[in-house]
Amino acid sequence: MVNKVIKVDVTDKTCPGPLVEVRKILNKASPGDIVEVTGKHSVSKKEIPMVAEGMGLEVIDTQEKDGKWKIKIQR
Amino acid sequence: MENQNPKIGEKMVDKTTIIVHSGDTDKLYSALIIGDGALAMGMESTMFFTFWGLERLKKDELDKGPISKMSRSMFDSQLKKANVDTLEKLITDYKELGGKIIACDMTMEIMGIKKEELNQELIDEYGAIGTYIHEARESKINLFI
Repeated sequence: MVNKVIKVDVTDKTCPGPLVEVRKILNKASPGDIVEVTGKHSVSKKEIPMVAEGMGLEVIDTQEKDGKWKIKIQR
Repeated sequence: MENQNPKIGEKMVDKTTIIVHSGDTDKLYSALIIGDGALAMGMESTMFFTFWGLERLKKDELDKGPISKMSRSMFDSQLKKANVDTLEKLITDYKELGGKIIACDMTMEIMGIKKEELNQELIDEYGAIGTYIHEARESKINLFI
């Protein structure tokens, strides 16, 4: 089975939008898929991993550059 | 044996219950943001709409409530500037993520509100205090807004 990479950009969203969007995508993804979230709100950067943690999923990578961050979660 | 339809690894499924008593627009934002946030974080959520809150479940009344301490135009422009979702979007997300909505049957009687006047597709159940307590007794977060 090939794991898909699903990209979601929450840059223009504010509370609770980023969490809701990430949750919806994770619900629809297949096990093994990687959800790649990009955004710029620092609070969302902190809280998105809490959504993953609540679901028992793992954040496999976090990067930040010029105020933009990217979080990868394995479904 | 492997579960064919697993919950996504949630260690615990806790619940948030919210009594939506106020029909004020700003308070409805708070209630729905908390409800959506709880669902996104993997909790269950039940919102019990009563008194002025229930008025907001009437057709086309969701965003028609009063706003405390600020003019509507100021409120709308501030929210737009900050990219906050509309109440319509928040309640659509709430339902999409499996949030439950209970309409207070007693309020309907007191205020003479008929089911046909309400956005019935949003409402999962019509109930009174027993239904609410039944939902709330097991919830970890319980708010009155």
